[in-house]
Amino acid sequence: MSTEATTDLEKHSSPGRGGPPPDPSATGHLAGLAGARQAVRRIGFYVFCCLLLAFFALPLLWLACAPFDRTPTITASLPDFTLQNFDTLFDNPYAMRSLGNSLLLAAGTGVLVVVFAALAAYALSRVRLPGRDALLYTLLLLSSIVTGTAAMVPLFNLAFELHLIDSQLGVILVLTGGLLPSAIFILKDFMDGTPRSYEESAQVFGASPLQIVRHVVVPLVRPGLATIAVWSVAQVWGNFLIPFLLLRSPEKSPAAVVMYTFYTEGGQPDLALISTFSLLYSLPVVLMFLLVSSRYGFRFHGGIKR
Amino acid sequence: MPTTSPPDAGLAPRGAGGQAGAAPRPARDRDAAGLGRPRAAAFVTPALLLIAAFLVFPALWTIYLGLTDYRLTGLAAADPQMVGLDNFTDALKDDSFSHSLGLTLQFVVGSAVIGQAGLGFLIAWVMRNRRGALRRLVEALVLTAWILPSSVIAFLWIALLDRDDGTLNAALHTPGTAWLLEHPMLSIIVFNIWRGTAFSMMLYAAALGNVPPSHLETARLAGASGWQQLRDVVFPRIRGHILTNLLLISLWTFNDFTPFLLTSGGPEDKTEVMPVFIYKLALSNGELGFGAAISVLMLLINLVIAVVYMTLLRRRKEDAPA
Amino acid sequence: MADISMAALTKVYPGGVRALDGIDLTIADGEFFALLGPSGCGKTTLLRTLAGLETASSGSVGIGGRDVTALPPGRRDVAMVFQDYALFPHMSVSDNIAYPLRIQKVPGATRREKAAQTAAELGLTDYLDRRPGQLSGGQQQRVALARAMACHPQVFLFDEPLSNLDARMRLEARTFLKRLQRELGVTTVFVTHDQAEALALADRIAVMESGRIRQLGTPAEVFRYPANTFVASFIGSTPMNLLDGQVAGGRIDVAGALLPVPEGLEEGLAEGEKLVYGIRPEYLGLAEGPAEGALRGAVRVVENLGSAQLVTLEGESGFVQAVVDEDRRLTPGEIGHAVPRRDRALLYRDGELLNRAPAESGPAGRPGEGEAA
Repeated sequence: MSTEATTDLEKHSSPGRGGPPPDPSATGHLAGLAGARQAVRRIGFYVFCCLLLAFFALPLLWLACAPFDRTPTITASLPDFTLQNFDTLFDNPYAMRSLGNSLLLAAGTGVLVVVFAALAAYALSRVRLPGRDALLYTLLLLSSIVTGTAAMVPLFNLAFELHLIDSQLGVILVLTGGLLPSAIFILKDFMDGTPRSYEESAQVFGASPLQIVRHVVVPLVRPGLATIAVWSVAQVWGNFLIPFLLLRSPEKSPAAVVMYTFYTEGGQPDLALISTFSLLYSLPVVLMFLLVSSRYGFRFHGGIKR
Repeated sequence: MPTTSPPDAGLAPRGAGGQAGAAPRPARDRDAAGLGRPRAAAFVTPALLLIAAFLVFPALWTIYLGLTDYRLTGLAAADPQMVGLDNFTDALKDDSFSHSLGLTLQFVVGSAVIGQAGLGFLIAWVMRNRRGALRRLVEALVLTAWILPSSVIAFLWIALLDRDDGTLNAALHTPGTAWLLEHPMLSIIVFNIWRGTAFSMMLYAAALGNVPPSHLETARLAGASGWQQLRDVVFPRIRGHILTNLLLISLWTFNDFTPFLLTSGGPEDKTEVMPVFIYKLALSNGELGFGAAISVLMLLINLVIAVVYMTLLRRRKEDAPA
Repeated sequence: MADISMAALTKVYPGGVRALDGIDLTIADGEFFALLGPSGCGKTTLLRTLAGLETASSGSVGIGGRDVTALPPGRRDVAMVFQDYALFPHMSVSDNIAYPLRIQKVPGATRREKAAQTAAELGLTDYLDRRPGQLSGGQQQRVALARAMACHPQVFLFDEPLSNLDARMRLEARTFLKRLQRELGVTTVFVTHDQAEALALADRIAVMESGRIRQLGTPAEVFRYPANTFVASFIGSTPMNLLDGQVAGGRIDVAGALLPVPEGLEEGLAEGEKLVYGIRPEYLGLAEGPAEGALRGAVRVVENLGSAQLVTLEGESGFVQAVVDEDRRLTPGEIGHAVPRRDRALLYRDGELLNRAPAESGPAGRPGEGEAA
C-alpha cells in the first residue's frame, strides 16, 4: 500500500523536482488524503448522476405509465396494466386523422426539401454561379434570422392573399421555404466533402452530366439525403406554430395542434386519450432517431461547420 | 433574389483578373460532372423561388407592415394607412413591449446561456471518459427530452407541475403548490433547460473529444488540478465551440414559441416572452401593424446575433490555417 | 494505339497562375511516359489537360493524329486511373469494371462477360461481386486498371498510380504495372513526384518545374546527365553533391581541394571561371588516407542504408555526402578523404550542364545540350 502510494505520488509530482525522497509517514498521510478525495469525488459523481437522471426522467415517467393504466391520473404511478386506452384512441376520429395529417405534412415537406435542396446544393457545390458566395452568405443569414415567430404576421397575410389559409399545401410550402436554407447548407457541406474524382472518372468514360448525377452523385450522397429527409420530417412532425397559424378546420390539423386542443378545451381532460395519443405521436420521431443513429452514427449537424 | 453583388470577375474561363490568391488547383470550383452554368442555374432556381416566396418576401413585408396601421378587422383592415415610424416609437415607449423584452431576456439568459450551456457542459465534462450503460442512459434521456414533439412535452410538464395531482408535488411532498401560477418564469426556464440541454451536451462532448489527450496528460504530469486543466487546457481549445453554442441557443430560445403551450403567456402576462407577445398582439388582438413593427425589432435582434456570430466565425476561420 | 502531341500548350488559371507554360512534347505510340516534378509543378494539370478535364488556355493537344483540344473528356478515347482510384463505392467490382461499357450502351450480358474477362486477366475473378470498400489497396488499384482497360482506349493516363499503396505493396505493384504496360502496348502517361518510381517505370521522363519541362530523356540520361542543377538535385535517392568551384590551372578548385576536370571538358574552360561541380554520393569513394584530388572533411553523421552507409563529411566546402561500403568502420569526428570518380563528375555553368551525353544514349534532345564548347 505504502509503495503504491509513493509511485502514485511520484507520477503526480512535477518533473525535474529533485530533493530527498518523501518521508514514509508523510506519504502514508498524503495517500490517505488522496484516497479520501477520490472517494468524495466518486460519491459526488454518483449523486450528480442520480439527480440528473431524476430531473430528466421525472417528466417522462407519466408518458411511460399512464397509457397502460386502467384509470390514468395525472400523477405518474405504476400502472394497473391495460391496453384499453388505445381503443379510446382508435375510436377518436380527430386523433387518428390528425396523425394522418401530420404524416401528410411531414412527407410532403420532406420530399420537397430533399429534392430542391439536393439540386441546389449540388449545383452550388460544383459550379461557380455568379454571386454564389454572396448567395450562400445570405441564405445562412436568412435561415437564422427569419423565423416563423418573427415573420408570423406576414406569413398569415401571405397565406390569406394566396388563398392558402386552411390549406395543407400552404403549410407545406411555408415549412419548405423555412427549412430549405439550412438544408441547402448542410447538403452543400456534405457534397463539398465528396471527392470530385468519382464524377471526373465517369466523365472521362464519356458519361453525360445527367448520367453522372444519376449513376454516381445520387448514390454517393444518399446518406446526406437521408439525414436531410429525417431532419426535415422531424422538424415538421413537431412543429406547432405554422399549422396553428394557417389551419382553421380541426379535420385538417396535424397532431401537434390537435393535441393542444385536447388539453386546453377546459373541463376534465381525457387522460386516457391524451396519454395514448402522446405515446403514439412520439413514437415515430424516437424510432427515426434510433434508425439514424444506428445506421449512420449520430453525426453532428445543426449548422456547425466541422 | 437577394444576390445584388456584381458578377464575379473570376468567372471568365480565361480571365486573368478578379480572384485573388487562386490556388494552382482550385479543387473547390471544379465542375466535376461538366454540368455547365445553365443547368446549374436550373438546379438552383426552384429552391430559390420557394425561399424567396416564403422566407424573403414575408421578411420584407414585415418591414412594410411595420410602417402601417394595418389591423385584422375594421376600417384599417380595408385601407391601411402609412404611419411611418410611429409603430416603432410607440413600441419602444410601450410598457408592455419593454415588459416582454425584459421577460425574454430573463428567459434567454436563465434557460439558455446559464442553464442549457452550463448543464450541457457539465454533463459532457463529467461523462467525457466514461463508456457504458450509465453514459448511454444519461444521453438517451437527455436526447429524448430534445426530440419529442413540443405539444407532448408541454403536456408532460403540465401534468408534472399540476397543482393537485402533479408528480412533482407528490415527489417533493408539497401538495397544492401551483408551480405554473406561483413561479411561472422559473417554471418555463427549468422547462426549457430540460428541453434543450441535449444540443449543448452533444456539442461540448464533440468539442471535448477534440482536445488532444496528450495536452491533458501534459497538464496532469505538471500537477494541474481538475479546475486548472479546465482553465488552461480545455477552455482555450474549445472557445470557438462555446461561442457557437451560446449564440445558437440564444437565437433559438429567443425565437421559441413553446412557452405558449405551457402558460399561454400567463398568468397576468408574467411569461409573455417576445414570440407570445407578438402572437397575442397581432393575431389575438388583431393589431397587425403594431405586431409587425415588433416583429421587425425581433428580426433586427436576430440579425445582430447572427452577424456577430458569423463575423466571429469568419475571423476564427482566417486565424485557423496558421 | 496512338501517339500524343502537344504544341505550345499553356494553362493560366484565373488569378494569373501559369500552371503550364508553353509545353511542346511528343509521346510515341506505345511509350510508357513519366511526368515527374515536385508538387505544384504542373504535372497533374498537364495530365488533366490531356484527359480533357481542364481546358487549355492556348495551344493544342493531338491524340493519334486527331486534334482533341476542344473535345470533351468522353470523346477523346482515353482512360484515366485517379490517385484515389475513384471506384464507385455503391457498385460491385463487376459493375465498376463494366461502367464504361454501360455508358457505351453495351447490353448487360455482354457487359458482364467483358468485365469478367478483363477481371480474369488481372486476377480479380474471385472479387467480382464484392464492393470496392472490401478490397485491399492493391486489389482496388487493379480494379481501377481493369476498368480503364475494359473500354480499350488509345491512351492510359495514371495520376500518381502508386502513391496510395504502402511501401511493400508499392514495389510489387510497380513491377506489375510495368509488365502490364509492356503486354498491352498502350501509350501510357503517368504523373509522379517520386523520382525512383519514374526511373523504374518509364521509357522516357519529362522533369517539370513551374509549368515547364526542365529535361526530357530516358531514365539513364536523366540520372547520368541531369541537364541542370534543378534536375540534378531532384533525381537520385540521395541528393547530388553540388559544390562551388573555380577553374585553377586545368583543375577545379573546390575549397582548396584540386579536383580533375571531367573528361572531354578540358577545352572550353577559362581560368578563374566559377562553376558548380556535381558528383553523386554513390560516385564518391572514401580513401584510406590523405589522397590527391580528394575532398577532406570530418565525419559528422553515419547513416546505415543496409548494404551501404551514407557518410556526411563537414569540410571547407561545407557538407559532402558519400556512400561507402557496409564493412567500412567509421567513427564520428575522424577525418575522411572523399575521392570522386572522374568519369561521373559533372560541371554546371550558370546552372546548366557542360558535359555532353554519349550520342547513342537516346534520341531526345535536351535543353542545354550544345552549350558545351
